[in-house]
Amino acid sequence: MKITHDEVRYVADLARLDLDEAAVDKFAGQIGEILLYIDKLNEVDTDGVDPTSHAIFLTNAFREDELVEPLDTDRALANAPEQENGCFVVPKIIP
Amino acid sequence: MEFEPVIGLEVHAQLKSNTKIFCGCSTAFGAPPNTHVCPVCLGMPGMLPVLNRKVVEYALKMALATGCVVSKKSRFARKNYFYPDLPKGYQISQYELPIAEHGAVEIDLDGKRKRIGLTRIHMEEDAGKLIHDPNRPVSFVDFNRTGVPLIEIVSEPDIRSPEEAGAYLRKLRSILRYLGISDGNMEEGSFRCDANVSIRAQGTEPFGIRTELKNLNSFKHVENALAYEIRRQQAVAAEGGRVVQETRLWDPERSRTVSMRGKEEAHDYRYFPDPDLLPLMIEDEWIESVQKTLPELPDEKKGRFETVYGLPAYDAGVLTASKELADFFEACVSAGAGAKSASNWIMGPLLGLLHAAATPVEESPVSADHLAELIGLIENDTISGKIAKTVFDEMAASSKAPAVIVEEKGLVQVTDAGAIEAAVDAVLARCPDEVEAYKGGKTKLLGFFVGQVMKETRGKANPKLANEVLKAKLK
Repeated sequence: MKITHDEVRYVADLARLDLDEAAVDKFAGQIGEILLYIDKLNEVDTDGVDPTSHAIFLTNAFREDELVEPLDTDRALANAPEQENGCFVVPKIIP
Repeated sequence: MEFEPVIGLEVHAQLKSNTKIFCGCSTAFGAPPNTHVCPVCLGMPGMLPVLNRKVVEYALKMALATGCVVSKKSRFARKNYFYPDLPKGYQISQYELPIAEHGAVEIDLDGKRKRIGLTRIHMEEDAGKLIHDPNRPVSFVDFNRTGVPLIEIVSEPDIRSPEEAGAYLRKLRSILRYLGISDGNMEEGSFRCDANVSIRAQGTEPFGIRTELKNLNSFKHVENALAYEIRRQQAVAAEGGRVVQETRLWDPERSRTVSMRGKEEAHDYRYFPDPDLLPLMIEDEWIESVQKTLPELPDEKKGRFETVYGLPAYDAGVLTASKELADFFEACVSAGAGAKSASNWIMGPLLGLLHAAATPVEESPVSADHLAELIGLIENDTISGKIAKTVFDEMAASSKAPAVIVEEKGLVQVTDAGAIEAAVDAVLARCPDEVEAYKGGKTKLLGFFVGQVMKETRGKANPKLANEVLKAKLK
């Protein structure tokens, strides 16, 4: 087993996912298999190879500091489950 | 046991670009909620952030102004966390490859210069603003600020007192403002500071357990919060207890730091390179061209004010704290005022006036030319130093030229020996007892007589002349 049930619960907690024990068991198995598959990469000699963060070999895409028309507030809020006075409304969470 | 504090500061400075870091929305402050938003800063599916060139240029300016090593290659990373001020579920920041590292700023405190190292400077996007409803269990989210460019400046744990922390922050802000890349306004949130504090036995190497302080919204709050937290940690240690690693909020109303419950678990931000943004390569030519645009910075200007104008270090420090004040001083000197006189008038009456009215020096009712003219009137004996204060107050109120005020109010100094003699005679005739006492040895009364002569001439007598005439007549 590549990943423990506790690790699955921890990751689920970070992602704000509520998993029951059956789901934890199922994902531990699935994620374990994925990790085993990824482990194959460890068999390759990567000495002197930079970690890849991008699949395309480009750098430096810029935009100039020029204003672009913003989205209408109505459109910005169109998919909000709740809105009030131009604001998105969310449950109160004080850190 | 003696404990010494160890302090490191993290400063977030908002950059003054017109548009956000990854989209073309305005960064202007104070617009109605959610009017400066677009699919990119709202984190809509399918959006693609593109880096604002100006933001990189501004970050480079700060990096070069603080002697940092600019990374040839840097990268943006996603910092993952869930909070309603962050529509994407991650903040775009820089993690293992920041744009700049290993810089320093120098602070002057009690006549001593100290170097505070900078660990790193990185670019990131700001989060949105939450307004919590006081009555209902809801919050209102405004995403106008989401994506506004920030640089985070992280200091080495080189700071040893709240005063040093204050001096460091003022220097950082001064550099940012000289560079014209940030307003550096703590009250409005364009310059924010978090502090890491620990204590250790004096002279020992390992650092103690640190706490992180938040909600430090002014320079005074930073210094007060640090002073409190150091005392608190010392008290815990003195009682044989252990400081707990935690985040604490400064409560300015009650002047104490309070533990933020629920933050005990360590954050796990699962940083990873943002695949939406290409790596940033900064060629030497770019660095050189930005280097050329750097203005004279506070330390250089201060040094020049000391050597070129012969000002004391203290004066030079006050005058160069802001570029605008330094410009005012130089304008005053180039209009003919002596450097030290100009410095005294600016640091005293002028700053007093500006502070009291909360007016920036650029909008000073007394212009640099007028102040130079006033100083000239004192130096050529047209008015006395005492009258000059009256004239200055009138200049502050009316913005009129000092010569005009002197003329209108008939304040020209009396240097005519005959007129002064007449005034002295009148005073001596009026005060026979004091004259008797003076002649009997109470020479301290000379000051009293000078005062009376000034009164007699409504402040216009040349004090030096009055002194001489009095001494001669009282022999």
